[in-house]
Amino acid sequence: MLEALTDAELVQRCRAGDSEAWNTLVERFSRYVYAICVKGFRLREEDAEDVFQDVFTRVYTHLDKLRDDAAVRPWIAQLTRRLCLDSIARSSKEQPAPEQDFEESSDDFAEIEDAFAVREAVTTLGEACQEILDRFFAQDQSYRTISAELDLPAGTIASRIARCLRKLREELEGRSEPSRESRE
Amino acid sequence: MSRIYDEEWLGQRLRILRPAPQGWVRAAQELPSARRSLDEIVARAEADLEFRTALIADLENALAQAGYEPDLRGVDELRKRLESR
Repeated sequence: MLEALTDAELVQRCRAGDSEAWNTLVERFSRYVYAICVKGFRLREEDAEDVFQDVFTRVYTHLDKLRDDAAVRPWIAQLTRRLCLDSIARSSKEQPAPEQDFEESSDDFAEIEDAFAVREAVTTLGEACQEILDRFFAQDQSYRTISAELDLPAGTIASRIARCLRKLREELEGRSEPSRESRE
Repeated sequence: MSRIYDEEWLGQRLRILRPAPQGWVRAAQELPSARRSLDEIVARAEADLEFRTALIADLENALAQAGYEPDLRGVDELRKRLESR
């Protein structure tokens, strides 16, 4: 299962020309790159698409230059931010916009980082929780749609979501324990 | 300071990483094969003067005639690579 590989292992396989590993890497970081473009920088959809493709093209072509394979995510984040800023600079030459718009979004970057950590924690909860949480929160699906697509009784969806959120909270609290102790 | 992971906080974070449009993801996943195809076209253009001339004269048409179907992004990149040689 390539999904279970660490970032560093995935990068090594991509570098060796494993196309399945590349598909997994794109899958792993596509939402992250997308969020930086549309939530962090509030790019228009067409500009976000250009940046999105440009990011993955550069990741693919410059993977050999990555010094620390485990640092692929910060590298992708930095690359995405830089290309978003380039895109904004290009757009503002054509149509000047107030700078304030971009400064105000700094909290959004912290939220995107939190969201990535939460998503990583979700992957430890098992497929059923991953599926239901993703459909409800990230894909905005209704209880009825989730019930129909997952073949679950409609009346159980809310309680399943609540149970998965409880498990997620326990997982995240468990993760933050060691860091709290290490600071004491 | 420890963070309180209440339902509202979790729900808000779970909503942030929405799926990127499928077409974008697919295009990014197809990058390796798209690049191989571009490399092949460039290599052929270097070895075959007639093909190179046809490409320079009418890139899209020459590609279609030769059975290649790069997307717009691929055509742009190919144009840049041909111009730089």
